[in-house]
Amino acid sequence: MSDATLSFEEAMEKYDPVLGFEVHVELNTKSKMFSSAPNVFGDEPNTNVNEVDLGMPGVLPVVNKTAIESSIKIGLALNCKIAETCRFARKNYFYPDTPKNFQTSQYDEPIAYDGYLDIELSDGTIFRVEIERAHMEEDAGKLTHMGGATGRIQGADYSLVDYNRSGVPLVEIVTKPIEGAGSRAPELAKAYVAAVREIVKNLGVSDAKMERGNVRCDANVSLRPHGRERFGIRSETKNVNSLRAVEHAVRYEIQRHAAVLDSGEPIVQETRHWHEDTRTTTSGRPKSDADDYRYFPEPDLVPIVASREWVEELRATLPEPPAARRKRLQADWGYSDLEFRDVVNAGVMDEIEETIAAGATATVARKWWMGEIVGRAKNADVDPGQLGVAPATIVELNTMVEDGKINNKMATEVLDGVLAGEGTPEEIVAKRGLAVVSDDGPLLEAIDTALAAQPGVADKIRGGKLQAIGAIVGSVMKATRGQADAGRVKELILERLGVEG
Amino acid sequence: MTENNELIRSSAAALAGKLAAREVSAVEVTQAHLDRIAAVDGKVHAFLHVNTDEALAVAAEVDAIRAAGGDAAGELHALAGVPIAVKDLIVTIGQPTTAGSKILEGWHSPYDATVVKRLRAAKMPILGKTNLDEFAMGSSTEHSAFGPTHNPWDLDRIPGGSGGGSAAAVAAFEAPLALGTDTGGSIRQPGAVTGTVGVKPTYGGVSRYGAIAMASSLDQIGPVSRTVLDSALLHQVIGGHDPRDSTSLQDPLEDLVAAASIGNVAGMKIGIIKELHGEGYQAGVENRFNESLELLRGAGAEIVEVSCPNFKYALGAYYLIMPSEASSNLAKFDGVRYGLRVLPEEGPMTIERVMGATRAAGFGDEVKRRIILGTYALSAGYYDAYYGSAQKVRTLIQRDFDAAFAKADVLISPTAPTTAFKLGEKLNDPLAMYLNDVATIPANMAGVPGLSLPGGLADEDGLPVGVQLLAPARQDARLYRVGAVLESLLEAQWGGPLLDRAPSLTDPALTGSALSDAAASSHGGSH
Repeated sequence: MSDATLSFEEAMEKYDPVLGFEVHVELNTKSKMFSSAPNVFGDEPNTNVNEVDLGMPGVLPVVNKTAIESSIKIGLALNCKIAETCRFARKNYFYPDTPKNFQTSQYDEPIAYDGYLDIELSDGTIFRVEIERAHMEEDAGKLTHMGGATGRIQGADYSLVDYNRSGVPLVEIVTKPIEGAGSRAPELAKAYVAAVREIVKNLGVSDAKMERGNVRCDANVSLRPHGRERFGIRSETKNVNSLRAVEHAVRYEIQRHAAVLDSGEPIVQETRHWHEDTRTTTSGRPKSDADDYRYFPEPDLVPIVASREWVEELRATLPEPPAARRKRLQADWGYSDLEFRDVVNAGVMDEIEETIAAGATATVARKWWMGEIVGRAKNADVDPGQLGVAPATIVELNTMVEDGKINNKMATEVLDGVLAGEGTPEEIVAKRGLAVVSDDGPLLEAIDTALAAQPGVADKIRGGKLQAIGAIVGSVMKATRGQADAGRVKELILERLGVEG
Repeated sequence: MTENNELIRSSAAALAGKLAAREVSAVEVTQAHLDRIAAVDGKVHAFLHVNTDEALAVAAEVDAIRAAGGDAAGELHALAGVPIAVKDLIVTIGQPTTAGSKILEGWHSPYDATVVKRLRAAKMPILGKTNLDEFAMGSSTEHSAFGPTHNPWDLDRIPGGSGGGSAAAVAAFEAPLALGTDTGGSIRQPGAVTGTVGVKPTYGGVSRYGAIAMASSLDQIGPVSRTVLDSALLHQVIGGHDPRDSTSLQDPLEDLVAAASIGNVAGMKIGIIKELHGEGYQAGVENRFNESLELLRGAGAEIVEVSCPNFKYALGAYYLIMPSEASSNLAKFDGVRYGLRVLPEEGPMTIERVMGATRAAGFGDEVKRRIILGTYALSAGYYDAYYGSAQKVRTLIQRDFDAAFAKADVLISPTAPTTAFKLGEKLNDPLAMYLNDVATIPANMAGVPGLSLPGGLADEDGLPVGVQLLAPARQDARLYRVGAVLESLLEAQWGGPLLDRAPSLTDPALTGSALSDAAASSHGGSH
């Protein structure tokens, strides 16, 4: 059963959206937030754990210094103030994904606070998002509920728990309420999360892969009638894990809220689950501002002291900010303003940079990403970077074209093969028999047949009308099912007719 | 079974000397204590687990190293081969760790506590794990899920708590040394009522890694022994910075053994805490305390009086902070990953209900009482009034100590208001039970070190009385200096150690009905 929605345009006519985001960034430290166990994604369950991560009796946490440094760097990149001293607290709740039955998290003393981020929208407009805080916490383990219809704990026969993720360092970035975005709210949502992702990737503090949950977004949406100051009641859509989904989820929630408000019903303050397949949200658990987690300062840890000297040392190590980086990349690559903005808006700047780093020219990289991959990603409804094209694949395809092994048309076919999981480009070329026909024998045979079939065209060419050659080339390509090298065919036709090229 | 009285009654320092001189082997020493445990622990019930094979293996290793001579023998720790008992709140590989609770019955830790690693590094044979109030919550060891420990001075009486097992083991000559933990007096109060020595080091002075937490900001591991020097020796083994405990002090350890050997207190200022004696203290306790003051005065110390007016709030604040932290620390015992798991008898099988059934069956009443208190004190709307106010009281207590230590080098008080009471006497009166710790709690609240040593026997009941010394944070050495002097003055008066006056536990003539009852109960099927 899906909720009623209003059209986005009508919703915007009647209401003013207010947004808020909580973005969780998993840090890529070698070890966990409070233990020496490896912080590694994707290994066999419950192998990257020690007694601390399992909450064994008697264990104590020790803060990971690199995680603190990363958190300070994130705070600085978000133009935040860095607390001179701050503490961790315990958030107490019983749930089997937290082995201690409390999460060690910062509560009222975040390490970074009062910052902002300037977000560039697709038309170049700058929108300032105020950052309330960035605080440190540990990730929970991963539960997989088996046997139920919904994949939730309710109705499951049993649940599996993997504590590899337990204790992975997280930084949670919380915005202040974002007002004034109007109908650009969905676009701003996507651009904001993209900017945070870009920052943490650029800082080198996170692998920043949304599909792996390195960057996870909870999106808060509320509506109020135009002109009213007081905020409406918000919903919080959890774990929206791609940039496109962030945009869609905000758009959907605006439309859903508008329909609820129009019907005269109150909005329920609750979490919502995002469903990528239907692009809708469903009701999660009620969320009250007074959820009682019995927070108190973590007595097993001493306060974190960030001396001003240390903070300045870290500031000095910060890499070029993304806006400056974009400026530099555009100059390096020689793209026009329009070309570059298209690249940014398509979300493939990083991918192009990686492709160039893998050995392609800027032109080739743009041709492939903008010309081939972005369109396919749109059809597949995923972010281009998530389509599964490795920069090395593009370089390999391009080299094959340049070496004359395949032509451009074949190369796109090979790309489809790669995306279909048929193997490496070389394997696909072999499997599909796509190699360019370079043996002159079959080509001459096809040329002779084509010339014989179109004597008038042959005469024109002999008479110097070289542009007529296209008709013969076309016939030859057709006869060889596209596997001929068109350039070589042209040469052979001229040779056959005794005409200088 | 024959007992080697000389070996089991020796201090750890004396045993270390005999071992180094190869007058006796570590296997002989260890076996003598294992024999003693076999002979008397049926009555005392100090041990929850006896670690015979491993203890003898470690002792044999020490003997082999000594026999081989050379560098390895020269590098042996002074206490190598001297056996020790470990409170069952401290985790050990190779032995069960129960915390005195059904919820951990049968659980084996996959790792060693830092202090246990240090005992192993010193090659001290671990005799076994000692009884305690469940999760160290109690002052009598009656809250152990595995039955109470009996006071070797009178088997009908409590040995103190929570570390009654460690204190009784040392008092009954089952071990020369033991480890305890002290959150509000759990090392010192058992020391007082069993006529033994117990030290709560400065908070952070000994790593807590591997001590199952009750109240993280108050818990501290410390030594239990029969002499002040022995506690200094053990303190020196277990103390010092541990990177696995963030609250562990970075300071290099002071030479505590040297401090215990200074031998004078001339010119030292010793402060009597006005609020910690007099009304509410048993007359015999007060008398022995006053005698100790006279001895110290006679040895050249200046006795001054200090006032710590906020100590009267200490007990109340302690019973907010301790349960608050405990309610969170004990949340992990839920049947999901280890220990007891109990399924609900009826109704839906949900994770909450399994956790609930496990905790209902696995925790005893005192533990539940404190979890409920702490959960309430931390709840939204109550936090400021309870936990918040208690933290403010804590600051006031620290200021009282600061002011007192501006006037005195060490402070002195009775360790406990009374001598050992009868088993069962206060079991159903938690508030009366909590009052046992009124003199020991302030040290935990402020993080300062405290030592309890035997002060004599009370006139009314002939039972041991404890004298407590307190020093400023990081000045544990002062405790050993003053403690060793007072100990020698007292022993000179008594003509030997106080424990020489304790009843024999093996003389059939002295084995009354209480003894056989105790033996029967501790051999029963409940554990």
